[in-house]
Amino acid sequence: MTADSYYGRPIVNEPVWKPEVAFYLFTGGIAGGSAVLHGLAKLAGNERLARSTLWIGAAAEAVCPPLLISDLGRPERFLNMLRVFKVTSPMSVGSWILIVSSGASTTAAALERLRLLGPLQALTEGVWFLSGPPLATYTGALLANTAIPVWSEARDELPWIFGASATACAGAAAAIATPTWCAGPARRAAIGGVVAELGLVHAMEKKLGFVGEVYEQGEAGEYAKVSKALGIAGAVLLAARGRRSRAAAAAGGALILGSSLALRWSVFRAGFQSARDPKYTVIPQKKRAAIRRAESHPASAPD
Amino acid sequence: MSSYGAEAKPRMGFFTDTSVCIGCKACEVACKEWNLLPADGLEWTGHSYDNTGELSANSWRHVAFIEQDKPLRIDGDFATADGTMAVDALEGGGAAPMRWLMESDVCKHCTHAGCLDVCPTGSLFRTEFGTVVVQEDICNGCGYCVPACPFGVIDRRELPRKPEDAPLALPLLGSKEDGRVWKCTLCYDRLKGGHEPACAKACPTHSIQFGEVDELRERAEQRLAKLEAQNWNGPRLYGHDADDGVGGFGAFFLLLDEPEVYGLPPDPVVPTQHLPRLWKTTALAAAVMFAGIAAAFAGGAE
Ligand code: SF4
Repeated sequence: MTADSYYGRPIVNEPVWKPEVAFYLFTGGIAGGSAVLHGLAKLAGNERLARSTLWIGAAAEAVCPPLLISDLGRPERFLNMLRVFKVTSPMSVGSWILIVSSGASTTAAALERLRLLGPLQALTEGVWFLSGPPLATYTGALLANTAIPVWSEARDELPWIFGASATACAGAAAAIATPTWCAGPARRAAIGGVVAELGLVHAMEKKLGFVGEVYEQGEAGEYAKVSKALGIAGAVLLAARGRRSRAAAAAGGALILGSSLALRWSVFRAGFQSARDPKYTVIPQKKRAAIRRAESHPASAPD
Repeated sequence: MSSYGAEAKPRMGFFTDTSVCIGCKACEVACKEWNLLPADGLEWTGHSYDNTGELSANSWRHVAFIEQDKPLRIDGDFATADGTMAVDALEGGGAAPMRWLMESDVCKHCTHAGCLDVCPTGSLFRTEFGTVVVQEDICNGCGYCVPACPFGVIDRRELPRKPEDAPLALPLLGSKEDGRVWKCTLCYDRLKGGHEPACAKACPTHSIQFGEVDELRERAEQRLAKLEAQNWNGPRLYGHDADDGVGGFGAFFLLLDEPEVYGLPPDPVVPTQHLPRLWKTTALAAAVMFAGIAAAFAGGAE
């Protein structure tokens, strides 16, 4: 499809975010998923799994602020994010979720290390537990709440995709770090996450129609393929041999982690590609306007 | 603007009437001079007389040039309904129809501004004149507003360093600027002093008209009616409608062709229009993620 344009120049701006932001989408996902795994493992009395998810989650979350600071350029700028709370800005809401969640996970990890078990530990772990899922899914809203066609048109899918992917990679990381006899929930979360993610990505691409063709082109297309292949291989390996062999569990987990990272990179780059070609902005908007016109003046509808 | 109470002023804006633009770029120059905008290179684009290219952190007015094989008016020899070239007229020996569209683009100062909505620090704010302005001492450089503007207006400033900046350390330094974003302020400083914005002041043809938005809208309707009566080819108002996806522009336009021909989006919508639903989706996805992981515990520890 082609559309009129001004010398083929883009209409909307490409994002100016550095690659750090894509890595943050990934580490934030691991942390968010680990928070839930950790809380539930505690409740289920699976101490071994609880411990490994705590270390994984705290570590993944500890690198989130540095990644964002590196994108912003100066450390104090991260604190400036906490000047206000604005629900119209997913970045503002997300900064607060991250500060609460990472504060809770690092405190919980420190208390665990110092063996200071007690009400304070229960409290920090509870806060972490509850802030995990929003941390994993708000990033979908962050991207969808822009004028980038391939992100904004996927507003019904992106939060789900990031939630599923977070489940997959947190499960995968825990399956690597936990002995097989107590890693069952992690393996099942990883496999279920991959299956859900594949289905949701497929649904998104179908719904996006021609706007979604950037997922078949360029870098976004390559990484989308890599993500699918690694995800399927990892899930199959985990399902087939993950229960008996620690080595297989580790390999399957690593494949799924790679898949999840590739997915973030694919979605991230798709936004840039989508902004670059004005037809993705023009054609859907013209269609939308024509439908609106036809609805308000049925007689003058174009055929 | 209601939140300003007694200090509120009538909403001010631009009506840019492209039918009288002569492409002199006085607006671009006046804007650069008044706002002390840095030069961003001299480059020949080959796109008619446009060597500015686009609105950016350093160009807050941008004159677009479009050369077309279309008649300026649809009457006489060129009376085709769709405004394309009338072949008969050519065969009859008449001159080939052509027109040269020029349009001075600018920030739209949206009623519902995506940039302002998504700004996480409150740096972007609505002034007492109803305009949208960045407070540069608060801007954090997060860049969220950049892809949130449906028009691609606001942008991060990046300037390469020159040897005279720091002769020895040059290779170690990144770009000169610190990633903050810049765009048209509708000359907030001049407005405060009771002056009109620099571009409107400099425009020799009154293509750029500054005033109260309500009054400008009426003026635009009259101008449109006049051009239609004179059989101009394709006149239309763009951004004057308070019911559009951004609630109407504070700086709107009279165009002579489809918006996309000028590099403008045909049906812009502020991203946050969908945000209430998006938050619900996000919360639901979080809840289901929670439930999904809980289900993974059903099979026991192994
Ligand atoms: S045109 Fe873009 S930069 Fe200007 S107010 Fe609207 S959203 Fe903000």
